[in-house]
Amino acid sequence: MNTSNLAEALNLGFEKAIHPKQQKTTIALNKVNIKYGSFLAVKDVSLDIYEQQVTAFIGPSGCGKSTVLRSINRMNDMIRGASIEGEVLFNGYDLYSRDVDPVLIRRKIGMVFQKPNPFPKSIYENIAWGARINGFKGDYDELVETSLRSAALWDEVKDKLKQNALRLSGGQQQRLCIARTIAVQPEVILMDEPASALDPIATGKIEELIQELKASYTIIIVTHNMGQASRVSDHTAFFMVDEQRTGYLQEYAPTEQLFLNPSHKKTEEYISGKFG
Amino acid sequence: MQTQNLFGTDTDINVLMNKRKKVGLIWQVVFLFSITLAILFLLLLLLSIIDSTFGYVVLRNDVEPSSLVEGKDSVKEFSRTELEEALKANLSTGVLRKVEYDKLLSQRSERDLVALLEQYVIKPEVLKTWGLWDSLTQSRAIEEYSKAESGSFMTFKSWINAGFFVSDQSADPLHAGIRTAFLGSLWIILITFLFAFPIGVGAAIYLQEYAQDNRLNRILQLNIFNLSAVPSIIYGLLGLAVFVRAMQGFTSGAIFSSLTDATANGRTILSGGLTLGLLILPIIIINTQEALKAIPASLRMSSYGIGATKWQTIWYQVLPASGERILTGTILALSRALGETAPLVVIGASTFISVDPTGIFSKFTTLPIQIYQWSARPQGAYRNLAGAAIIALLILLMVMNSAAIYTRDILSKKKRLES
Repeated sequence: MNTSNLAEALNLGFEKAIHPKQQKTTIALNKVNIKYGSFLAVKDVSLDIYEQQVTAFIGPSGCGKSTVLRSINRMNDMIRGASIEGEVLFNGYDLYSRDVDPVLIRRKIGMVFQKPNPFPKSIYENIAWGARINGFKGDYDELVETSLRSAALWDEVKDKLKQNALRLSGGQQQRLCIARTIAVQPEVILMDEPASALDPIATGKIEELIQELKASYTIIIVTHNMGQASRVSDHTAFFMVDEQRTGYLQEYAPTEQLFLNPSHKKTEEYISGKFG
Repeated sequence: MQTQNLFGTDTDINVLMNKRKKVGLIWQVVFLFSITLAILFLLLLLLSIIDSTFGYVVLRNDVEPSSLVEGKDSVKEFSRTELEEALKANLSTGVLRKVEYDKLLSQRSERDLVALLEQYVIKPEVLKTWGLWDSLTQSRAIEEYSKAESGSFMTFKSWINAGFFVSDQSADPLHAGIRTAFLGSLWIILITFLFAFPIGVGAAIYLQEYAQDNRLNRILQLNIFNLSAVPSIIYGLLGLAVFVRAMQGFTSGAIFSSLTDATANGRTILSGGLTLGLLILPIIIINTQEALKAIPASLRMSSYGIGATKWQTIWYQVLPASGERILTGTILALSRALGETAPLVVIGASTFISVDPTGIFSKFTTLPIQIYQWSARPQGAYRNLAGAAIIALLILLMVMNSAAIYTRDILSKKKRLES
């Protein structure tokens, strides 16, 4: 990692920290434990995610950062034997209360996955399908164009909207997945290592895109790449794993503070590359 | 340069390398041998079918054509008026009335008249038949046999011909055909498909996508696997008990209308189709489950990730993505049903009917049953007919399979290019 670039990025962060804007909590995790069967995967996680900010989850492999991310739009429901204790609040409502429909949550809290996974359909259909099943009544052509424009993909694909999405490059596919998520107009976008399968140039484009999307959406990103966390995020949560292989939240702070002045020794060792 | 390490010297490495290559070569030869054996047996099967389908026949006419019209040895040389006169002169009044009732002689085509004359007057009788191989190698012996039998003549016959496809069953091998059996097979397979495909795919979707992983469902799953291995004749017994006997009112059509064939007693196309449907149901379920399992979890996740319900995910993403596999498995299952004989014999398929099936409440016979029945007869000519019917069955199977594969390829090409 280029240290001067990192310092520069962090300095920019400092300016933000000096003039913090009014921060509204969108999602609040309160003493969350997640189990797979009898195995405790994550214990006692409490943190607040702020509106229209980018929050990064970092930590070594197996620390449960993806598990926590998936609990926010109830993707863990799909995994057999997964159970959760504690509260996950979205705008003050408990996501796990009985009368909440997980489908509605996923429509409000969209998700972009590690491996680009467009539908095996045309580019146009990839965007339009999600809107259609959710009962969109507007102009589909317009929706497709605005979604692709917000995902910085329009200029590359505008002449081949009828082409199968699987023929795009990996980076384009991932931006299409982001466009697809935007098209149903969620409030929050969860990204699970969105650039780990991409080359550096495609990664750069995704990072730029995240910066632009932050103006309209609350974004949570899981990443292995600390440079990426420091470049794109406003807040960073550092997860650790204990001897029982149970993940826990070690430190949660504004990104510049966590990277430049971590309060735990583990955090410092991790971000300086001593393990992980 | 010789270097020594834990893998030995370079020579050791070379020796081992040769050994490893040799083992590979031996296995390659073994595999080649097995595929050769398989192809050989397949060829043998084809040759024996072809052998019985073509060959010399020695016939003897009941009435010689020359005795009908002076100086003409074959019916083909008869003029139209001669044909009509010969028929009028030689047919019994009863037969003539029946024939004329269908269609007046004067309105019938010449080919039709020749056929009538052969069937009712000349009545050629098969004395002996030979296979293709014997016909090619022992034509002299056949000729001598023909000369020894007074009044007989020999002719080379292809047992599979246009007439074979369009004529119905007959006690006379020269006029027997497979039309009723062919139509019966088509009807049966249609009912089988309509019954087994929706239920099988539906059951597979439930088991794979909705069913909880509990004891009951695991037992259910195990039993579906077991059912797919149950001998087909057992399904025949089940079909006999349930569809033919218990549900007779329904399968004979009696509860819908009193006009249906009362002699069918539930041994109808509907019963046969449902029985074969039961037979291939477990195969379709297992195949569809495999097809659904093959869909990567990422496709489901991406669908759920944008707020699709479970049903929308299955209907719009999972099923279209697995459609080709489901279709291929269904074709294979239907091909199996098309060739099944035992369960249909058990439920009482007719072995001799000359009336075309007209609907799902008709009595029926199918191609495999026809083949079975013909090959069991003592007269040689029927074995030739069986060979011809096998070729017809193979052609039907091939046409069905290639049509389905073609459809599948069109679907997948369309999917590859765009939505």
